[in-house]
Amino acid sequence: MNGYLKDVFTNTGIVFLFAGRFFKQVVKKPIEFNEFAKQCYLLGYKALPLVGITAFIMGLVLTLQSRPTMVKFGAEAWLPGMVALSLIKEVAPIITALICAGKISSGIGAELGSMKVTEQIDAMEVSAINPFKYLVVTRILATTLMVPLLVVFADCIGIFGGYVGMNIHSDINLYRYINKILESLVFLDIIPATIKTFFFGFFIGMIGCYKGFTASSGTESVGRAANSAVVAASLTIFIIDMIAVQLTDILF
Amino acid sequence: MTKQDSKISSPPTNPFVIDINGLWKSFGKDNEVLKGVNLQVKTGETVVMFGRSGSGKSITIKCLVALLPADKGSIKVFNTDITHLEEAQLNKLRLRIGFLFQNSALYDSMSVRQNLEFPLRRHSKDLTNAEVEIEVCEALESVGLLEAINKMPSELSGGMRKRVGLARTLILKPEIILYDEPTTGLDPITSKEISELILSVQQKYKTTSLIITHDIACAKRTSDRIVMLRDGVIYLEGTYVELIQSKDEWVHSFLQ
Repeated sequence: MNGYLKDVFTNTGIVFLFAGRFFKQVVKKPIEFNEFAKQCYLLGYKALPLVGITAFIMGLVLTLQSRPTMVKFGAEAWLPGMVALSLIKEVAPIITALICAGKISSGIGAELGSMKVTEQIDAMEVSAINPFKYLVVTRILATTLMVPLLVVFADCIGIFGGYVGMNIHSDINLYRYINKILESLVFLDIIPATIKTFFFGFFIGMIGCYKGFTASSGTESVGRAANSAVVAASLTIFIIDMIAVQLTDILF
Repeated sequence: MTKQDSKISSPPTNPFVIDINGLWKSFGKDNEVLKGVNLQVKTGETVVMFGRSGSGKSITIKCLVALLPADKGSIKVFNTDITHLEEAQLNKLRLRIGFLFQNSALYDSMSVRQNLEFPLRRHSKDLTNAEVEIEVCEALESVGLLEAINKMPSELSGGMRKRVGLARTLILKPEIILYDEPTTGLDPITSKEISELILSVQQKYKTTSLIITHDIACAKRTSDRIVMLRDGVIYLEGTYVELIQSKDEWVHSFLQ
């Protein structure tokens, strides 16, 4: 037990040092803008279909599942608002972040892990290029920016999924549906939910990079880096979510 | 010349570009790999380092470019002790040292052209696109692989990867090249070609070379001097002919 606890605290300490190194390097020149833009495309744009399909299904299913209960209480008219609120505040951020943990975090872990194992990171270092700046900083920045955008995208697609779900049993036009949602939404619902997604993005990128960058030699460690990146990132997302919701609850 | 520049340039009086004294390196408490390695390499010399697998040859050259920190001892390259350098100074020094990795370490996500352009564009920012293209073609021509310029590393054979790795090293015009097992995993004919390539690079670019290998034929062809690493120290050194005539049983069994 002592050994386990020691491991946990040591790892947490190392992750914080890694994060500290990121903040130190992020302001240093040169800015690797091309690599950052490439990563935004690879990590963000390439995840669009997956996030879109999942969000659509979540919106549709949430509407269909909640409908009988809402009808029982005669509150069917509130269904669009409820679905949109659940999507924006919780479902879309968490589902998108978990998908990104699975797709992006493991991808980064495996990519950097294999670069480490095949000495590509060492090759960068000996040719006087800062691998941390080029590989890690750009990826963390890209996920920090892209995950919130993906969440906004998931919000929109999820709400549209809800609209399709509504139309299976009743007839409501899009204008009225959106109107119903806007009636029950306030800005304070959107802002804290969006702020927390920046943290999700940051940790998804950081954990993937950390696991890959610190992989030991041997091909086995590449698989381990990818796997442990998903596990650690998913768990971290839930912990951040819990903290964020508590903070929102206290502050607003 | 700035103060920093003058600090890392070698005075003409010092004949050694690489001067390692009492280098110690261990991994964990009970795993001492290097136990006081002393190695001096003169300008323009080609030194081959022999030793059994796991004897610390690769560790020695990784310490030489500060990829691994030394536990004890001094490592002077161009008369500058690299063990206490700051990152900026270290990077300036690293630009003068080329490193050919055992598995070539080509960047998988980049084509051969991008692999070569990558270090060049970062360190020679005033070069135009045309000048970069000329440099890339020249480096690839030196290793006889100009036709592979648009290929991806995954499309190259082991020997071609080594050549591209060498071209990427040459593009920054290093004064020292460190070769980590350049012929390992290659067939005898390709090994011979790589050895000859090392020789031609040596003649064309006038570099100082430190080669780590198990390949006796490669050592015979390329070396001015051979050093043998055993039990964490330099056990013996001499020319190929001297070693082959050595009465030492271990050396004899190694060379056989």
